Amino acid sequence: MLKSKHFELIRTAAVLLISLLLTFIMISFVSGSPLQTIGIFLYEPISSVSHAGNVVEMAIPLMFTGLALSLLFKMNMFNLGAEGIFYFSALVASAAAIHFSLNGFLHPIVAILLGGIVGALISGIPGFLKAKWNANELVTSLMFNSILYGVGQYILNYKLRDASAFQTASFKFEPTAVLDRIIPGTRIHTGLIIVLVCIVAGHYFMYKTKWGYELRMTGANREFAEYSGIKTGRVILYVHLLAGLIAGIGGSVEVLGMYSRFQWNALPGYGMDGALVAMLAKNNPLAVIGSALFLAYIRVGADMMSRYSDVPSELISIIQAVILLLVSADQFLKFWKNRMLLKEAKMNA
Amino acid sequence: MRETLLEMCNITKVYSNGVVANQKVNFSLAEGEIHAVAGENGAGKSTLMKMMFGMEEPSEGEIYLRGSRIRLQSPMDAIRLGIGMVHQHFMLVPSFTVAENMVLGMEPKKGVFLNQAEAARLTREFSFRYNLQVDPEEKVENLSVGMKQKVEILKALVRGARILILDEPTAVLTPQETEELFGQLKLMRENGHTIVFISHKLKEVKAICDRITIMRNGRTEGVFDIREVTEQEISRLMVGRDVVLKYAKSGREYGESVLQVRDLGYSKEGKKVLGGINLSIREGEILGIAGVEGNGQAQLVEALTGRLEGDSGTVQVAGANISRFDIGEIRGLGVSYIPEDRMRQGTAKEASIVDNLISTVYNSKAWTRWGFQKRKKMAELTEEKIREFQIKASGPAQEIGMLSGGNMQKVVVARESSTAPRLLIAEQPTRGVDVGAAQLIHRKLLELKEEGCAILLISADLNEILELSDTLAVMYEGDMAACFERPSELTEEELGLYMLGIKKQDEQSIRRAMHA
Amino acid sequence: MHDFLAVILTTDFAFSVLRVTTPILFAALGALISNRAGIVNIGLEGIMLTSALLGVLVSAYTGSAWLGLLGAALGGLLIAGLLAFFTLQFKTHLILGGIAINAFASGGTIFVLYMLTGDKGTSSSLASKVLPSVEIPLIEDIPVVGPILSGHHVLTYLSIVAAVAVFVLLKKTPLGLQIRAVGENLHAAESVGVKVKRIQYTALLLSGLFASLGGAYMSMGYLSLFTRNMTAGRGWIALAAESMGRSTTIGTTITSFLFGFAEALSNALQLLKIPAELISTVPYVATILGLVFYSVSMTRKANKLLKKQKGPQA
Repeated sequence: MLKSKHFELIRTAAVLLISLLLTFIMISFVSGSPLQTIGIFLYEPISSVSHAGNVVEMAIPLMFTGLALSLLFKMNMFNLGAEGIFYFSALVASAAAIHFSLNGFLHPIVAILLGGIVGALISGIPGFLKAKWNANELVTSLMFNSILYGVGQYILNYKLRDASAFQTASFKFEPTAVLDRIIPGTRIHTGLIIVLVCIVAGHYFMYKTKWGYELRMTGANREFAEYSGIKTGRVILYVHLLAGLIAGIGGSVEVLGMYSRFQWNALPGYGMDGALVAMLAKNNPLAVIGSALFLAYIRVGADMMSRYSDVPSELISIIQAVILLLVSADQFLKFWKNRMLLKEAKMNA
Repeated sequence: MRETLLEMCNITKVYSNGVVANQKVNFSLAEGEIHAVAGENGAGKSTLMKMMFGMEEPSEGEIYLRGSRIRLQSPMDAIRLGIGMVHQHFMLVPSFTVAENMVLGMEPKKGVFLNQAEAARLTREFSFRYNLQVDPEEKVENLSVGMKQKVEILKALVRGARILILDEPTAVLTPQETEELFGQLKLMRENGHTIVFISHKLKEVKAICDRITIMRNGRTEGVFDIREVTEQEISRLMVGRDVVLKYAKSGREYGESVLQVRDLGYSKEGKKVLGGINLSIREGEILGIAGVEGNGQAQLVEALTGRLEGDSGTVQVAGANISRFDIGEIRGLGVSYIPEDRMRQGTAKEASIVDNLISTVYNSKAWTRWGFQKRKKMAELTEEKIREFQIKASGPAQEIGMLSGGNMQKVVVARESSTAPRLLIAEQPTRGVDVGAAQLIHRKLLELKEEGCAILLISADLNEILELSDTLAVMYEGDMAACFERPSELTEEELGLYMLGIKKQDEQSIRRAMHA
Repeated sequence: MHDFLAVILTTDFAFSVLRVTTPILFAALGALISNRAGIVNIGLEGIMLTSALLGVLVSAYTGSAWLGLLGAALGGLLIAGLLAFFTLQFKTHLILGGIAINAFASGGTIFVLYMLTGDKGTSSSLASKVLPSVEIPLIEDIPVVGPILSGHHVLTYLSIVAAVAVFVLLKKTPLGLQIRAVGENLHAAESVGVKVKRIQYTALLLSGLFASLGGAYMSMGYLSLFTRNMTAGRGWIALAAESMGRSTTIGTTITSFLFGFAEALSNALQLLKIPAELISTVPYVATILGLVFYSVSMTRKANKLLKKQKGPQA
């Protein structure tokens, strides 16, 4: 029998179903051959090893940002700075990949750590402003995204740009810096291992350590945390540092795993998508894996769709918005839960 | 028997969190009576009244007004049918004037604009007619509690209320203000108004009401003519047993002084809030502080818990000056604190019972190793506390927000008492909890006292404070107005005189009684 | 330094402050009105963007700039209504709902643009119209003041009118009283039969209307076409302006002009030899500085009341 405690799971499933249905409806409106397009959207991502590989490759950055945002959201901090940090740390790692000469083992480690540390430091700024003066972290982090983008473009254009490249792009990375492929027939790289380690560590951190406990209590009720003796300002700061570190590592891993030059001329969008990943995962680190894979699946589907049919991939951002609206909708399908509760209460009475 | 005005039949209400607040409740109101609804906290009185006022809709059941069925989907429906309500927590907009509050939702207009003059005139007219003096131009945030209540009553009357629901109106009033209110209620009854009076103060119910409906556990236990039922009978029906608020206490042997407050003064925006407080509590002593809310008790507690630094004076706990300590450091000295508001400070409602129970010790060596928490040990402690405090819960992992108020408060008390505190600050420890939980909490406080803990008890429940305190102080306008060494010999009426500032002991005898 | 002063001490510069403040002021008024009803409208950015596109599309297909404006306004109302429906009916988290609206707008506008024009970047292939500028008789002839105040876009003047209208609405009308009551004490308003949801819907719709005017201005005044993500964070800057303006109409208007000044400065500085990438960050840096300044002063004020508290609750 369905019970009220399974409600959250059922609701998430319902949201995903509704969104897929909506996708189909929209495709039917804009596509010349809707059935074929839907087929491409659903089947192509799993049609071959290399396409399935694309899904996993796409999921790696989403897992990083999803994990970073889960930590922040769990603390009730709506900081979307992962977007700018992901971009900027990737640039920092690129600089290290271009200019350092190290062996094939150390080089990526140094570049990734450097990217991560820079990410942590940048993230610390809105964290500090929030902890110390309660400056709205949502606004400051978004402003930081724009600033990091401006500064990043400046560095790219004036310091790292390879004039001989076809488009605005940096010099080529040293081959020693690039991450190894780990599954033949795909471009899945060692970043997958790194992100899974981060996620498991994130899980233990959040649910088993005293720092994670501080994080959860600060998020659940900051006044209660203060009253219990938790220094919430410090918690806000270190969680921001940690989230920045993860986002920064994510950006570095992405650029070293998937590219041979730095060539982003716009913010890549992973930070914003991370918000959706975190929400779908209910801010639970382990669940980030599943929700990132799901999101990657529909995005690769959309990519394939734009490549092989007449529907552009931006369709998916509309769908993502709908998922986010419904998943964070407290009352969505609540009437149904209430009915179950009424029934259960009657049975117990 | 007067004509039946309003009838609620077979009302059941289940909240979305699964709490069953009312089960097949029946309630009937006769024209022109003052009808008491009595019951413990959590008995379902407020829920029933919210449904009568359209703030909640019954899950099942019907409501009839003058014999015809009505559906109340919003307070507006209720207001339109002549039902008004004065809530326990005032429903006023602080930055608005009295007149603006009065006309909110029924604004008089001049063209498309608000007609301020008409709003003031209307306020004066009703103020005069019902002998409830208020100043229409004054901002509500500047009014006393008693005045705010008058504004609330006027608000309902201006809207044409014939039935007036008063939700524990005397809880925030002094005995004298209560007298005044009763006079006004009788005047309203003479003018043909019908009044529902929610209370658990039986003396007041006896004094003013015509009939009484008693509720317990979300059900009606009976309806009586007030002259045909004794206080003992009412209380037996309310709690299912006679209320015994008598505890055996040990003799008076106190240890050394744990808390010492000297000349603690504090003012805010030029207004005196604390006027040089002196007090001292010794090991094994319960010092009660009585007083009408808003006379500096809250600020005193804030100063003791590291949230407020006084302008002058010192606070010492176990010999250490804590004026620059934060709450973590103060807890480190062996201080525990049961906060007034368990939802705001006392618990994190989405977190589990375990997480709520260990929040003050999570950082200590006994509970962590290399930063990892000993979750298993924590769960065991929680199970033990659930048994010891008879907390009704499915297990340590249950969200605390799913528990009833009483059980939630038990978790708070369990947490604060489990660290063998030297000083316990208990602020309204049994507010809004059922009698069973209250008794358990009282016994726990006495147990701690036996073990040598010094306890500062701040409570608006006079019964509680008179019974538990070894020494009883009264605060009035930021000063100690009186101090008694044998509180159980005092009556509530006597205490009221000090609480209202009508009587005041001289400085010397207060200091002597405080050992300060 | 001399160059710098030569740039900002001109009537052209003062004129441009008014020009760039317009969208921020509209959006900030939108932020204000929903905030006073107790709802933070995070979706301003997305509403502006949607309206900017709709203005271009409708004016291109009807040939009328005014119909374009109407289309933009209706679009803004629609998106605000959607946000209101989700946050008020389904209790979607306010912030996440707003983020969703913004994501929806930033992808959705490109989707629609591509479906209609085959271009994912700009609407340059569409013959869209712009709204007119207005010369004010008499004032235009006054030296110094004339060139600054006259000859602005019609929506620039409307934004000033809107600020006055919002002031009157909040202070002097029954609706304003109810909006403020709902924002300050929702239960009080509810208990006297104020239809809280209706007020919040109204406030959010008004908020969307103002934001949409700001959006229409972006593509039918400030520029004469739509480009992807052309609002570039103005919705967020507006939110910062509103909170720094302490949720009053006058304060919000003043801070909007401050941010407008910063942006005009960043435009003007491009004449000097500083890389454009860095100059583009000036408005955002200014917003952060402004927000920090505001937060520090609020914290100081709060700390005077509660001296040792680590930081006030939001």
